[in-house]
Amino acid sequence: MRSIITLTVMNRPGVLNRITNLFSKRNYNIESITVGHSEQEGISRMTFVVNVEDERIIEQMTKQLNKQVDVIKVTDLTHQSIVARELALIKVSVTQQNRSEINALVEPFRASVIDMSKDSLVIQITGESEKVEAFIELLKPYGIKEMARTGTTAFPRGTQKTSSLPSSFSIV
Amino acid sequence: MLPLANTPIVMVVTIRILWEVKSMTQAMPMQKAKLSKKSGAAYLMNALKKQNVELIFGYPGGAVLPIYDELYDAGIKHILTRHEQGAIHAAEGYARITGKPGVVIATSGPGATNIVTGLADAMIDSLPLVVLTGQVATSVIGSDAFQEADVLGITTPITKHNYQVRKVEDLPRIVKEAFHIASTGRPGPVLIDIPKDIAALQAEVDEDPVIHLPGYQPRTKPNHLQIRKLVEAVSSAKKPVILAGAGVLHAKASEQLKEYAEQQGLPVIHTLLGLGGFPADHPLFIGMAGMHGVYAANMGLYECDLLISIGARFDDRVTGNLKTFAPNATVAHVDIDPAEIGKNIPTAIPVVGDAKATLLALIDQNGKKPECEEWIETIEGWKKEYPLRYDRKAKDILKPQKVIELLHQYTNGEAIVVTDVGQHQMWAAQYYRLNKPDAWVTSGGLGTMGFCVPAAIGAQLAEPEKTVIAIVGDAGFQMTNQEMAVINEMKLPIKIIIVNNEALGMVRQWQEIFYKQRYSSSLFTSQPDFVKLSEAYGITGRIAKTEEEANEVLKFAFSSPEPILIDMRVESMENVYPMVAPGKGLHEMEGY
Repeated sequence: MRSIITLTVMNRPGVLNRITNLFSKRNYNIESITVGHSEQEGISRMTFVVNVEDERIIEQMTKQLNKQVDVIKVTDLTHQSIVARELALIKVSVTQQNRSEINALVEPFRASVIDMSKDSLVIQITGESEKVEAFIELLKPYGIKEMARTGTTAFPRGTQKTSSLPSSFSIV
Repeated sequence: MLPLANTPIVMVVTIRILWEVKSMTQAMPMQKAKLSKKSGAAYLMNALKKQNVELIFGYPGGAVLPIYDELYDAGIKHILTRHEQGAIHAAEGYARITGKPGVVIATSGPGATNIVTGLADAMIDSLPLVVLTGQVATSVIGSDAFQEADVLGITTPITKHNYQVRKVEDLPRIVKEAFHIASTGRPGPVLIDIPKDIAALQAEVDEDPVIHLPGYQPRTKPNHLQIRKLVEAVSSAKKPVILAGAGVLHAKASEQLKEYAEQQGLPVIHTLLGLGGFPADHPLFIGMAGMHGVYAANMGLYECDLLISIGARFDDRVTGNLKTFAPNATVAHVDIDPAEIGKNIPTAIPVVGDAKATLLALIDQNGKKPECEEWIETIEGWKKEYPLRYDRKAKDILKPQKVIELLHQYTNGEAIVVTDVGQHQMWAAQYYRLNKPDAWVTSGGLGTMGFCVPAAIGAQLAEPEKTVIAIVGDAGFQMTNQEMAVINEMKLPIKIIIVNNEALGMVRQWQEIFYKQRYSSSLFTSQPDFVKLSEAYGITGRIAKTEEEANEVLKFAFSSPEPILIDMRVESMENVYPMVAPGKGLHEMEGY
């Protein structure tokens, strides 16, 4: 089960270490992390994508994260309707023959070419993980020379479907 | 004419304002004079005094020299242990008995790494500590300087929270926050790493800081709805039990536990760490549960239909195999730490709250009593049929269980009992029947050998008038026995009882049962003369090899106001029973 957890944390020295430490201490696997400033000064936002067996582990993760003194808020986005984005930079080999073919792929994915050389292109793509994944698959046959991906960062949507309210944990 | 006529008045007003501004600026330097410059270490001492710290356990070194210089005449008593591990275990003993944070100072590098075991121990057993470590100067942090270690990195997973002070201005706030975090919610150790230059730096600092911890708001009052659900569940239960852990002791809720159990007629089981929370001689007390728990307690947990856990965390040593744990029970879990609820056992009625607040709310509800006479009779039957037992007829050899019973007899069951880890710990838990709270100091979760002697020092300093007995194995004793120097120096009347079976008893027992009696590195072929060793430290030592000798030396020991060590030469092949083998369920006990 793939889940997304977001945290708002006090931007204090060592806070990322505290969080990643907790994941390794409790034997949780992280698929990706993104960290950056939030809209408030001194407060950072972290987004974790995790792969877990069941809901109980997510609940436990959320509670353990909440216990950290520097963690202000933990939100489990698993059952919410969300907007999620990640970004990838892909350097792909090109030849005279296939240059225009690759260019044709860029358009429908709303990706963009941000650097060009004699034998390579750097393409930037943003979107949900699946879309980025699909784009990479398409480029693979041309020869990917280098690739860098950020983790997913996510928000709950402004309007939530009533059926997709966050699962209520038994503790309140 | 009118504007002109007004002019002088305006001028007067202006002058008045100017005068006021002037007088304010004159007043400023006077206020500033109160904020004189002091060193970081001086601010630290003041901050500790504000928290009513009476005692510090510690060991000086290079990086904490500025702190020790301030401590020299600060008016706070400092106990110089002979090893940093001794300091932190002593602070744990002090914290367990008083409920107040134990304070420790250790120097950077090796000083700090020597307290790691104690931090992990305090973390898992929820003991409040504030630990101050020295650090190399900020200018050389990260350069592998002399006695540098990444203390924050090392201690992050084993502290409730930790800090490194990077500005003197932050010191008073950090100390205040540390005490708050250590002692509220689920208690735990908080570490403050103080670079040497910060401790030495002279500065003007506000000593009355406001603490701001938006991410730390422990919930203590239980949810009303869950309380009502629990009351209903109790009313309709046929086989209810309470499992009470150390949370009851931390919350000082033993009276409320007794009142609630009596009001509802609920039988009570204890975890190892909870002992003393409910009187052992009370008719509703079943006993300690778990790997070496009594038959009635383990079967009570196995067969109950309602399990009310209060301040216990379903440790594997209590539950045995989770798949067969309380298979027919509705589980209600009262804990101040929401993360403990549902961690190991699926919970039907979760109650996040302090044990005392929750018990008071339950007593207040005064729900309908459950109809469980049959169940109580069943439990009584188990208690009568399968009590703890050992060969009481053996007179020529000294049985370790007998030693504990004699200790109980000579102290009227009123001593503070401090133990190490292993067989003697289990026998002490089984046979020293405690009737009062805060009289039991043991390393439960981490199982730290070497805990006993220093922890007994902390316990005795916390309760100078009470009898403290340190029950320790011959192996664990040798891990921290250097702290006898402190016992002698301070003339602490601790009675050290070495349950000497010339082995790492529990390891030997497991090798006997599970490893075909291949005693790999668990039998001592050579041991020091413990009597001579204690006398070298200025402590009277005695030896006992039979029940008769044990009686004699104990009579002598408990009539003396001095510290005394007794080397009890017990039956070396004695095993702890009953026992739930690892991986087995509580109902699969052996040797009951």
